[in-house]
Amino acid sequence: MTRYRVFAAIALIAGFLLTYFVWSTEADPYSAYHFKLGLDLAGGTELVYKADMSQTPPDERSDALSALQGVIERRVNLFGVAEPLVQTEQASALSGVTEDRLIVDLPGVTDIKAAVAALGETPTLEFKLATTTRTGTTTATTYLSTGLTGRYLSSAALEFGSGATAGLAAPQVLLNFNSDGAKLFEKITSENVGQPLAIFLDGQPISEPIIQEAIPGGQATITGRFTATEARDLVRNLNFGALPVPIELENSSSVGPTLGAAAISAGVFAGIVGFIIVALFMIGWYRLPGIVSALALAEYLAFMLSVIKVIPVTLTASGIAGLIISVGMAVDANVLIFERTKEELREGKSPREAVHIGFSRAWPAIRDGHLTMIISGIILFWLGTSIVQGFALVFVLGVLASFVSAVSLSRVFLLAIVPEHKEGLWSFLMGSGGHNA
Amino acid sequence: MYIIRHRSLFFWITGLFLAGAVGAILLWGLPLGIDFTGGSLMQVSYPQGRPALADIEKQISALPLGVVSIRSSGTNAISIRTRTMTPAEHDTVLAAISSHASTTELAYTSVGPALGSQFTNKALWAIFAVMLVIVFYIAFAFRKVSRPVPSWGYGLTVVAMLAIDIIVPTGFYAAYCHFTGAEVDSLFVVALLALLGYCVNDVIVIFDRIREHLARNEKLGLKESFEDTIGKSINETMTRSINTALTVALALTVLIFLGAPATRNFALVMLVGIVIGTFSSIARSAPLLIPIAKWFAKK
Repeated sequence: MTRYRVFAAIALIAGFLLTYFVWSTEADPYSAYHFKLGLDLAGGTELVYKADMSQTPPDERSDALSALQGVIERRVNLFGVAEPLVQTEQASALSGVTEDRLIVDLPGVTDIKAAVAALGETPTLEFKLATTTRTGTTTATTYLSTGLTGRYLSSAALEFGSGATAGLAAPQVLLNFNSDGAKLFEKITSENVGQPLAIFLDGQPISEPIIQEAIPGGQATITGRFTATEARDLVRNLNFGALPVPIELENSSSVGPTLGAAAISAGVFAGIVGFIIVALFMIGWYRLPGIVSALALAEYLAFMLSVIKVIPVTLTASGIAGLIISVGMAVDANVLIFERTKEELREGKSPREAVHIGFSRAWPAIRDGHLTMIISGIILFWLGTSIVQGFALVFVLGVLASFVSAVSLSRVFLLAIVPEHKEGLWSFLMGSGGHNA
Repeated sequence: MYIIRHRSLFFWITGLFLAGAVGAILLWGLPLGIDFTGGSLMQVSYPQGRPALADIEKQISALPLGVVSIRSSGTNAISIRTRTMTPAEHDTVLAAISSHASTTELAYTSVGPALGSQFTNKALWAIFAVMLVIVFYIAFAFRKVSRPVPSWGYGLTVVAMLAIDIIVPTGFYAAYCHFTGAEVDSLFVVALLALLGYCVNDVIVIFDRIREHLARNEKLGLKESFEDTIGKSINETMTRSINTALTVALALTVLIFLGAPATRNFALVMLVGIVIGTFSSIARSAPLLIPIAKWFAKK
């Protein structure tokens, strides 16, 4: 019994420390461990783009996607948002078509149009070979993709060269390719001397210089119908990143700050009231074990909230739903154990013996129940969309924690106080419903 | 033993629930939200009081957006559902409704049609995969008890039951949507998934008791009819089933009345599902094993 009392004391102290951690980090405005709230709770904008990979060879898709992510990240940082998040997602093979997506989270931003403009104005740059075919009197020009795109660009610079009109320096854009791009550019130019090489910006041809000779060294110049301002903007945009592949806005959502704040305060209030009601019910029905389970549940919650803070898990409405269900599971594990203990008491066992046997009898059901839920949660996380994943992550964490808390915390607490014999008050305390033990 | 003796009555009640649910789904259908169909949804509040819906409709009808549905939500807010809008179109709508009254946009969601159908696919796959894994896990966990029902029989029974546990709340939601104008959103799918988890646990507790009794009877060489074993197991786990359901139901009721509006429908579906699920695990899951056992005895 002394052993259990020591364990119980340690568990209680740990519980207080965790509760203090949760409370103090939330009260301290500078703490690094605030709850991370999803956009649906904190307010903000989420944009989902589809990357058009139709021109990209399959084995280069993930490279192109991470290049795209890098470029968009630079653009987002320029936009000036606190803690933006840019993620990529490759649609699962289950749906048949592989799709590459870019998910941009902008907390605190509610002006979708401005956000889309800031992200989407990045140019796509492509080099294409022009072939002109003449049939009768009509001429048709077809453009053949060379594979050389903005992906291979390392930098761009503004230059003023001698223009066609004598005396006036025309603005030019100088492109520097990276080493792969330089090789590709040299190859293209050496194989197609005398052909026009069209430079496409955002799908529009802006100039069609004729290749005079093979160009080594990885530099190209675009001379077009630029004004100086246009050329400067182009250089800036190219430097901040020409998009390696075109993107298309597929999804957008924004939540205003008022709705999010209301959702949080209502959620917290409902959580506290719900916990008190559940605790009162447990104490009313199960008496002493009920008090123990309320304590174990409080510890369970303090632990879960600390884990959510430390990992950190981004809390969304669906994540909170997952938390509530896992609390339900934790309650259930306690109920299972107490019901079993009660049966043993009824058969005339001593309270301590009954608690011991009650736990071991309840174990297989708790194990199977929790394991199926953990497996289901993992599958949901694996297959689900982000909303389902938000639920599944918290759910799996919660069920794992419940697994541990039910078989350790409640047991230690109970064994720390339950006596050898049920006499007098103990008979009432160990009873349940309308019956004494 | 009451439940076992009158099990056909409970099968009939179940059938009635199921028929009602399927009927509601067929009759009213499930109004799919933009998470599934694609489209745009705006939630706008009028801090100084909401104008008549007809007036708002007039302001929007001038825009080339096709069919637009406008509903009131809460006291001073409305929600506007359209086809998938571009950011520019979204701005014109906002400007149009703000021309005569000051507005605050609470939330805006726009889902491309392709993404919508993919979400449906993924949700169905996830539910299906979870059920499949449950069959295998239960078949494994009950591998030592193979008489009079083979261990995978338990798995199949659980899944048959889970299917009902999901169809009935879905039917309820179809009726609820029909009368309140609510829509099936992704949180509804989350609610169904959470229900799956809850109900599996619920049945496992009862089956675990049956497993325990069967093992003990075998060890002690006791002869007991399968029906008696099941009846005993149900009675012994009944208090637990009801108490657990009651605590979760209490928490959900609080969530319905005090929680955020965004989680209200979620909590409601969960509440219905848990009440039905508890009834179903007590009155149906284990009794369902009896006809299966008889069928195997004949073979």
